[in-house]
Amino acid sequence: MECSIKPEAGYDLLQLSGEVDMHFSPELRETILDKIKDGSPLLIDMGNVSYIDSSGIASLVEGYQTAKTANLPFGLLNISGAAMQVLTLTRLDKIFSLYTNAEQFRQEL
Amino acid sequence: MTDTSAVENAITIRDLVVDYGTRRILDGVNLTIPSGQIMVIMGGSGAGKSTLLRCILGLKKPTSGSINILGTEVNGASTRQMQALRKQMGVAFQGGALFSSMSVAENIQLPLREHTRLDDSTIEIMTRIKLDMVNMLPHEHLMPAELSGGMTKRTALARAIIMDPKLLFFDEPSSGLDPSTSAELDDLIILLKNSMRMTIIVVTHELDSVFKIADHIAVIGEGRILETGTPEQIKMSTNVEIQDLLHRKPRENVVDADAHLRRLVGEEE
Repeated sequence: MECSIKPEAGYDLLQLSGEVDMHFSPELRETILDKIKDGSPLLIDMGNVSYIDSSGIASLVEGYQTAKTANLPFGLLNISGAAMQVLTLTRLDKIFSLYTNAEQFRQEL
Repeated sequence: MTDTSAVENAITIRDLVVDYGTRRILDGVNLTIPSGQIMVIMGGSGAGKSTLLRCILGLKKPTSGSINILGTEVNGASTRQMQALRKQMGVAFQGGALFSSMSVAENIQLPLREHTRLDDSTIEIMTRIKLDMVNMLPHEHLMPAELSGGMTKRTALARAIIMDPKLLFFDEPSSGLDPSTSAELDDLIILLKNSMRMTIIVVTHELDSVFKIADHIAVIGEGRILETGTPEQIKMSTNVEIQDLLHRKPRENVVDADAHLRRLVGEEE
């Protein structure tokens, strides 16, 4: 998994790529929670995520819940087919705010 | 010890023989199980399917032959290699094999607490995700003694998939379940394959389940693989033993009645 943060106007863009599994999900969790602690809206680009396991999904859920408590926007961008299937299976597609382009997220800030 | 050419096949079994004393239980089994597919191993009672499953899981050492799992040759693998391999394998046993002193949720998260250093909050969320998948989230605080047969199976499945294994083994998923619960479990098995990239090996003799979930079927009889193929190929098989199994005819019912009577009265050996 590769994970990088890009500051955008009014929010932070977290770009993920590769496989998000139990080896890397603790790093993902820490990165997400740190950014929320900074008080910045967070958009996570998952367009290049080839696989995400349930520990990765759990990190996203915890991030979403923490952001919601802090009243901060939290969105997922460009969910790939495999990741979408996992979200659908776990019915989290109904919970997360999903975007197909970053402009949509920015306009909702 | 690692053979990457075998990885497109999740499991490759060659010339597997298992003897119990003088009795041969598996007699030269050859079988390949493709990655990301559902392979159903079916056969009558005593055909050798449970022994085959035990060998794949490393619970029974074969008399001879080889088993390659995810590129690792099991015979001769180090303890560390086997431990790494087992982390990639989830097993839902027929009876559930739940710890009676632990709640449903505690049973499910046990592998995570033993084998990972994930944060408590991650473990709790993962547990609830898996409980929700198997429709057991409202029952997370129940103890195993309070569960019905279907609930026990679903809990066992949730525990088997808690580590997101690459290989999921399911021993008789439908046995003892009503048709509706059984059909729900079949749907869940198909969903897991499609969404979680799992290779799933199901051992069963429940024909409704077999033809609903299988991508490939291996029919085992008297310790040998009688035939492998897609569900359609197996349905069209001309093998008499397979057709008997599919139409639930015990072998004894198709013998000549007169000959059978003569055997019973001792007139024929």
